Amino acid sequence: MNKIFEIPLYPYAKSPDQDATTPVRHQVVVIGAGPIGLGAAIDLAQQGIEVVVLDDNDKVSFGSRAVCYAKRPLEILDRLGCGHPMVDKGVKWNLGKVFFDQRKVYEFNLLPEDGHEFPAFINLQQYYFEEYMVNRVRELQEQGAPIEIRGRNKVSAIGQHDTHVTLEVETPEGPYNVEADWLIACDGAGSNTRAMLGLDFVGRVFEDNFLIADVIMDAEFPTERWFWFDPPFNRGQSALLHKQPDGVWRIDLQLGWDIDKEREKRPENVIPRLKAMLGEDVNFELEWVSIYTFQCRRMEQFRHGRVLFAGDAAHQVSPFGARGANSGLQDTDNLCWKLKLVMDGKAPETLLDSYDVERIHGADENILNSSRSTDFITPKSNISRTLRDAVLDLAEQYEFARPLVNSGRLSVPCTYDGSPLNTPDALPGAPARSRPGSPCADAPLGQGYLLPQLADRFTLLTLNADAPDGLDIDGIPVTRLALDGKDDPTGALADRYLGGEKSAVYLIRPDQHVAARWAAYDETATRDALRRAIGKA
Amino acid sequence: MSDLTLTPNIPGADDFYAELIAAHEGLTDAESQAFNARLVLLLANHIGDRTVISQALAAAARKE
Ligand SMILES: Cc1cc2nc3c(=O)[nH]c(=O)nc-3n(C[C@H](O)[C@H](O)[C@H](O)COP(=O)(O)OP(=O)(O)OC[C@H]3O[C@@H](n4cnc5c(N)ncnc54)[C@H](O)[C@@H]3O)c2cc1C
Repeated sequence: MNKIFEIPLYPYAKSPDQDATTPVRHQVVVIGAGPIGLGAAIDLAQQGIEVVVLDDNDKVSFGSRAVCYAKRPLEILDRLGCGHPMVDKGVKWNLGKVFFDQRKVYEFNLLPEDGHEFPAFINLQQYYFEEYMVNRVRELQEQGAPIEIRGRNKVSAIGQHDTHVTLEVETPEGPYNVEADWLIACDGAGSNTRAMLGLDFVGRVFEDNFLIADVIMDAEFPTERWFWFDPPFNRGQSALLHKQPDGVWRIDLQLGWDIDKEREKRPENVIPRLKAMLGEDVNFELEWVSIYTFQCRRMEQFRHGRVLFAGDAAHQVSPFGARGANSGLQDTDNLCWKLKLVMDGKAPETLLDSYDVERIHGADENILNSSRSTDFITPKSNISRTLRDAVLDLAEQYEFARPLVNSGRLSVPCTYDGSPLNTPDALPGAPARSRPGSPCADAPLGQGYLLPQLADRFTLLTLNADAPDGLDIDGIPVTRLALDGKDDPTGALADRYLGGEKSAVYLIRPDQHVAARWAAYDETATRDALRRAIGKA
Repeated sequence: MSDLTLTPNIPGADDFYAELIAAHEGLTDAESQAFNARLVLLLANHIGDRTVISQALAAAARKE
C-alpha cells in the first residue's frame, strides 16, 4: 500500500529559526496543518500576510475521517483556490434513503437549487482534501507567497503577551523558540493549546461508540446515502453507507456503550459485521477502521487576546450532519479578513471580538442540530425510543412524519443574525435569504458566476442602481459590481437579491456575507455601514 | 367536516420534536406513559371533531 496518508507531504526540515540566537518573530503562526489550519494559512498568505504552520505530524489525515462537504465550504475553498479539484474528484449525490428494520420508510432528494456553481454536497476522503490544500500551499510558495509548513514541529509551551505570543517548539533535532504577532490554534479536538492556556471545553459526551470503516469494494450500491435504524444486521443500533471516490465506501455501525474497543477494531471482528451488512459474497478490502465516541462541546470564547481558536480546537460536534470541517472552514473564512484589517491598522482590535460573536452563534447552531440528530439516532430513554420508532413507523405511510425523521440535518451555512457588524435591514421587501448577516447565494451571470466576483474585499453590489465605481472609506477600498437584467440570464439573480424590489444596493463583506442593503446608493449610509462592518461603530 | 391532516403541518419540526422529548426528561417509564395519556386527551379535546379523532385512531392502529 502506498496511500497518500502514508507519505510525508511536509517532512521535517530544519528551519533557520532553530539556530537563531533570539527567537524569530512571525506575523502569524498557525498550530495544526489539518484542514482548518491549512485553510487559515492559505487565506492569510493570499492576502500577503506572512504565516508559518506548525504541525506535530508530517502527513495528511490518517484514514478518511470527514467525507461529506457542503456547498458553502466548497465556495470558501474556491476562494482559497482548492474548490475545483475537490469537486472534480468528489462524488456528487442527492438521494438519501432511510430504512427501519427491513423496510425502506423514507427517501429524500436534496434537489439542489439551480444556478449555483457548486453542488449541494460532495463526498471526498479527508486525506484528498488536505492533499489539495497542501498542493495549494506549494503553488502559493512558487508564486513567492510568504507561507511555510513545518512538519514534526510540536508546540509544547505558549506564552501570552500584550503585543505577541511566544512558542516553544519540539523537533526531531531538539526544541527552539519562536514568536508571533498573532497565533491561530487549529490543533484539533484534543487541542494542547487549549490545555496549555488552561481553558475549558465543556459539553456533552454521547455514551455510544461507532465503528467507522472505509472499505474498498466493487459494489452494486448506488450513489446514495443509506441510513438504517435497527437493521437485522445491527440489531437495536443504526448503520450508514455512503460512497466516496476510488470505490471506497464509508460504513458507520453503531455499537453501543459497553464494548471492548480494542477487540471490536480487530479485522476478525470487523469483517463478519461488514459481511452481515453487505452480503456474504461481496468482496471488499478494509482501508481504515476506527472506533469513535462523539461529543458536542465548545470553548466559552474563541478569542483569547492574541490567540484565536478555530475548527475542532474551538468546537466539536458529532458527525451526523457533516458539520465539523464544514463549520471550521466558516471559522477561518470569518476570521482572516478581520485579522488582516486589524494587522494593517485599518480596523480596531475589537473587530476580532465579532469573530467570537459570529462563530459562537455558528457553533451553537451546529451543536444544537447535531445533538438532536444524535438523540434521534441514539434515544436516551425508553420513551424516547418509543417516540422515535413511532415516527419511523408512521413515516413509511404518512408524509407528515417524514420531517421528524432525523438521521442528520446536513450542514447549511450560518446567517449571522443579530451580529454587531450588521446594519439594520433597509430593504426588508427583498428576499429574506439575502438579509444582512447572510452568506450571499450564488447566481449565474452572463459569464461565470456571482460569488467569484465578490471575494476577498468589500464589494458594493448594485442591481439596477447607480453608485460611484470605486470608494475609499477610511483607507479601505470598496469595489462596485454593477449588474442589471442583462447579467441575469436565468432570473436567479433577481430572484435571490431583488424579490419584488426594482433596485438594490448590497454592501458585501470579504467573506461574502451581506453587511447592509438598501434600495439605492447613499454615501453616508454606505460609509456608516462599512464602519460598522469593521467594528468602528 | 374536515379530514385528518397527514401532510407536514408543524413549522420547525425539529424544535417541536426536541420539546416533546425534553418534556419526558427525568420521568420514569410509568410517568411517561401517564404523561402521554394526558397529552392525547388534551390534543383530542383541542381537535374536537369526532370524525378527525376517529381517523387518527385508525391511522395509529394501522401499525403496532
Ligand atoms: C469519523 C468522522 C467523520 C467525520 N465526518 C465529517 C464530515 O463528513 N464532514 C465534516 O465537515 N466533518 C466531518 N468530521 C469532522 C472533521 O474530521 C473535523 O472537524 C476536522 O478534521 C477538523 O479539522 P481541524 O483542522 O480543526 O483539526 P484536525 O484535523 O484534528 O487537525 C489538527 C492538527 O493539529 C496538529 N496538532 C495537534 N496538536 C499539535 C501540537 N501541539 N503542535 C503541532 N501540531 C499539533 C495535528 O497533528 C493535526 O494535524 C468527521 C470526523 C470524524 C472523526
